[in-house]
Amino acid sequence: MQAVEIKNLSFVYSKGTPNEKLALDNINLSIEEGSFVALIGATGSGKSTLIQHLNGLIKPQDKKQSSVIVGGKNAADKKTLKTLRFEVGMVFQYPEYQLFADTVEKDVAFGPKNMKLPADEVSRRVKRALETVGLDYNEFAERSPFDLSGGEKRRVAIAGVIAMEPKILVLDEPVAGLDPAGRAELLALIKTLQKEVSPTVILVSHNMDDVAALADRVVALKDGRIVADGAPRDVFSHRGLIMDIGLDLPTAARIVDKLEKKGITLSKRIITMAELKDALLSIFKKRAKKRGNNMGYAQINAVTDGDKNADKNVEERDEASLVDEKAKGDESSPVSDEKAEGDGAKDENDSGSAGGGEDV
Amino acid sequence: MFKDVAFGQYYPANSAVHKLDSRIKLILTLVYIIGIFFVKSYFGFMLTAALLIIIIIAAKLPMASVLRSVRGILLLVVLTSIINLFMIKDGDVLVQWKIFVITKNGVHTTIKMVLRLVLLISGASLLALTTTPVELADGLESLMRPLSLIKVPVRDIAMIMSIALRFIPTLFDETNKIVSAQKARGASLDTGNIFARIKALIPVLIPLFVSSFRRADELAFAMDARCYNATDKRTKMKKPKIKFSDVLAAFVVLSFFTVILLERYYFPSVGINIDAMIFGGLL
Ligand SMILES: Nc1ncnc2c1ncn2[C@@H]1O[C@H](COP(=O)(O)OP(=O)(O)OP(=O)(O)O)[C@@H](O)[C@H]1O
Ligand SMILES: [Mg+2]
Repeated sequence: MQAVEIKNLSFVYSKGTPNEKLALDNINLSIEEGSFVALIGATGSGKSTLIQHLNGLIKPQDKKQSSVIVGGKNAADKKTLKTLRFEVGMVFQYPEYQLFADTVEKDVAFGPKNMKLPADEVSRRVKRALETVGLDYNEFAERSPFDLSGGEKRRVAIAGVIAMEPKILVLDEPVAGLDPAGRAELLALIKTLQKEVSPTVILVSHNMDDVAALADRVVALKDGRIVADGAPRDVFSHRGLIMDIGLDLPTAARIVDKLEKKGITLSKRIITMAELKDALLSIFKKRAKKRGNNMGYAQINAVTDGDKNADKNVEERDEASLVDEKAKGDESSPVSDEKAEGDGAKDENDSGSAGGGEDV
Repeated sequence: MFKDVAFGQYYPANSAVHKLDSRIKLILTLVYIIGIFFVKSYFGFMLTAALLIIIIIAAKLPMASVLRSVRGILLLVVLTSIINLFMIKDGDVLVQWKIFVITKNGVHTTIKMVLRLVLLISGASLLALTTTPVELADGLESLMRPLSLIKVPVRDIAMIMSIALRFIPTLFDETNKIVSAQKARGASLDTGNIFARIKALIPVLIPLFVSSFRRADELAFAMDARCYNATDKRTKMKKPKIKFSDVLAAFVVLSFFTVILLERYYFPSVGINIDAMIFGGLL
């Protein structure tokens, strides 16, 4: 079942004036139910314009040619518009600026109340939403949203959207302006939300590390056109294309490129820090074995420190898939490996500093 | 990011008229408007229209952009012409039906009035079409400067004006964003009776006020941090200079004004003769 089906969608801002701007140029996009799609692209590439079509905030300009079908409903259909908006939860950039009520509870209840749900159901959802975003109901319900910290405000705003329990969750740069800890927590939260509330997630992000860690599909926009679409590993392995779009690579991939210049060739399909670590360890190990140097082996084990699994990971993974470019390595691909993803999230902070060091 | 939201009427183009000094443009527009009230003959109106067309061409504006501003006063024009047409009772009677009388005089007065209004609005809209609001505010400040002699805080007024202008697009953007966000949560802003609608505005107005105050606060701090009002005299980064094109523009418009005055007060026969020559028996 397709959660989203967009056909031949184009959109022009300020049509017929000198400021006319083609923001979307013949977009065709289907999104499978249950997938986590990252939408990437330089600023002004049309990401926000595209997602606002998903709940009818923007209607297709050319009604004959283009169609936007979301959850089986035509987004241009006035009759189902309200229902559509409840099914597509949309978290805008800086959502905390939309808070308005005098208590957190009332603000979060705004959506469910608009859905005309019975009172007890509204309060159940408010409680659940607040707990899901990690805010204690008893502590926060009666507080004014304007007295909260930035990160708390953002959580309340997101709770206000997920309280509608939408089937599709759309987030426009949800972590912009948060501190590293807040970002990591929020990203983990989004993953939880996908499991518990909204099976389909569309995430607009400028942070390629987040994209690499979370998404199972990446759609890249440039000047309103889709220029890349596929698994993060595949999209990021096309280095030229990523440069052309004006985007960054995940930190791990950037390190791979720098290492290549120094003569250490790793797979271009490495996108998370965990994979990078494993690939490097496997090289070290190989070299150590070759030299028959037990010291080296001991050092490697020292590097992995308490992480006993890392060693096992190295053994388990087809070494070639990470070290050798040409390996197809789909089954052995670390994405399917739950452990690797967990490591990726944990290594978030490391990756930041490693990237910084590399850039010098 | 500052999106170039088209607000007001400004029509961006790279033309000499756009680049004229805004003070000159303000004064010349005033001269033009006064000039129109002295026009009496069809000849004079043709002259005015010719001037207008020359300016429009020089400014690289599409005719439609000027006509659009005329459309705004269409109703006014139609109403006043109907009243004029039937109220003026002197002169030769052309049509009479019961109490409704249309005289030759009435027809001429009406046509001239319509021409006057249309030319007036077109001329004034040329100013707005070719000058950004910020330039206009600067120009006004400069022209109001003498008022500071009688303790009018011209500088502050100008600052308030330009800040307000600067923030109109921002506010616009912000409103759109908040409306979108609340609509996404199922707010209905355009249904229901008047009370329902006012109530529906609360989720938009409160965040808008909150963010406006926050912005105002931040701006005030930022200005203070950069010593706004620490000295009596602030200098300007862009000192406007009168260019050759400004002088030329002034010459053209002032010549027009002189011709109109001459035609009206010293050589009224010229206009009458030319009118007769062109329209012949129609008059
Ligand atoms: N309300 C508007 N009026 C006119 N032009 C607009 C408007 N909104 C967006 N645009 C233009 O449309 C293009 C696409 O904008 P959009 O907001 O979709 O980009 P984006 O990919 O979301 O960028 P960002 O990463 O900066 O959020 C941009 O060039 C922008 O200037
Ligand atoms: Mg955007």
